[in-house]
Amino acid sequence: MIHKFRQLGYNIVLDVNSNGVHIVDDCAYDMLGIIAPPMAEECPADLPARLSQYPEQDVRSTYAELYELYKEGALFAEDDYEKYSGTMVKSPVKSMCLNVAHDCNLRCEYCFAQTGDFGGERCIMTPETGRKAIDFLIENSGNRENIELDFFGGEPLMAWDTVVETVNYARSIEKQHGKNFRFTITTNGVLLDDEKIEYINREMSNCVLSLDGRREVTDRIRKTLNGKSAYDVIVPKFQKLVRSRGEKDYYVRATFTKYNLDFTDDVLHMRDLGFEQLSAEPVVTDLNEPYAITTDDLPRVFSEYDRLCEVMANRTENKFNFFHFMVDLDQGPCAIKRLRGCGCGNDYVAVDPHGDIYPCHQFVGIEQWKMGNLYDGTFNNDIKEYFAKTHVYSKEGCRDCWAKFFCSGGCNANSFIYEGDVHKPHMLSCEMQRKRLECALALAADRAVKEQG
Amino acid sequence: MKHITTINKADLKATAAKGGCGKCQSSCQSACKTSCTVANQKCEAVK
Repeated sequence: MIHKFRQLGYNIVLDVNSNGVHIVDDCAYDMLGIIAPPMAEECPADLPARLSQYPEQDVRSTYAELYELYKEGALFAEDDYEKYSGTMVKSPVKSMCLNVAHDCNLRCEYCFAQTGDFGGERCIMTPETGRKAIDFLIENSGNRENIELDFFGGEPLMAWDTVVETVNYARSIEKQHGKNFRFTITTNGVLLDDEKIEYINREMSNCVLSLDGRREVTDRIRKTLNGKSAYDVIVPKFQKLVRSRGEKDYYVRATFTKYNLDFTDDVLHMRDLGFEQLSAEPVVTDLNEPYAITTDDLPRVFSEYDRLCEVMANRTENKFNFFHFMVDLDQGPCAIKRLRGCGCGNDYVAVDPHGDIYPCHQFVGIEQWKMGNLYDGTFNNDIKEYFAKTHVYSKEGCRDCWAKFFCSGGCNANSFIYEGDVHKPHMLSCEMQRKRLECALALAADRAVKEQG
Repeated sequence: MKHITTINKADLKATAAKGGCGKCQSSCQSACKTSCTVANQKCEAVK
């Protein structure tokens, strides 16, 4: 299977099953709309006539080059990964989203956690539950050394004592168990102060800082309890954190909605504020909400991704990374990882303040997906098995999609929330994902061309 | 080649045989949280 498209002035061909990315001239691009595997060594007799807009010599030499790629396995490579999907088994649990606070000090309209409480009572996780979460990870992570734990919420800074005690406990026992804990935190920044900034920059390998871009966009939807500007409170704190963070990873992450379909301006605004690692994701919400992104919005969203892609390609100063246009074509994940993706419910779980375990943070509070509890020691292996066998060959439509080894079948939670079925990808999300991937591949092609001079 | 420039190794198949070691980051532990982008994760077995 191949996927060919034009972006940034390049003709780009992705060979899906080898992951080969080729920049081709017009003759090759048009030829790939005609030929199909298996390829014969000899140029088909009718090809020069079918591509009569090109000199016959060019048609023949182009075919020869495509055939060479074909023989090398970099064009029309066969899909022989399904045999691996058939042997998928449960993995050790090595990643956890720890919802230390089901409470929040902002009231963002679009919050999938329903302004922080996940549909339940507002509560804070105790340090004891945090320690139990560490014990759970050590007991259930088998031989995995790298263990990831993201402090999430609600707003995790509202449970700061639990954050610190959980980190300290993990650090005190990680070596004796042969583990390396990597902590991350996702915060709205309201409660950041110098002490917390110093601690986060020391202990957290990554941090995700939530901001929605321009002041008017942020303040319209990220509402404070006292009616004052969230932007004014948050931005200076994030700037201070990032300035003192050194080379450690961070992302300033926006959610865009129907209210700011010109979200490139928000990304650029965040760059102007001094942030270089940026992310902006479409809102996940009920399609009846006024700010929901719907199918009618897709042409505008696509043109905005095009605009952002062009800005990034053309910038020579004040460059930045955009998370969803990042793709590592040579040292990216192995094929096995790409079959299952995020690991939701299998090697990744979420834990709420009561110690209840769910497949991921977006499933928290949905009773049918509760997997167990840290206090009573329960852990539903049937649900784990279910997710272990959820992959690109078990999901509707993924087998024939060119993007399957980049998105790994998409977000299981989105599929359930929008379509009521983990195995039924949400097409609106898929369409945006495919567009982002085209931009990502085009930027990779552009970098390669510029590096070659 | 005159008509084609290949910009990467095109070796996904080779990664299948020894893949699945589990050292790499879970994708939602980065800047994602509401979608799924896997291919921007790095393989940590080859660094």
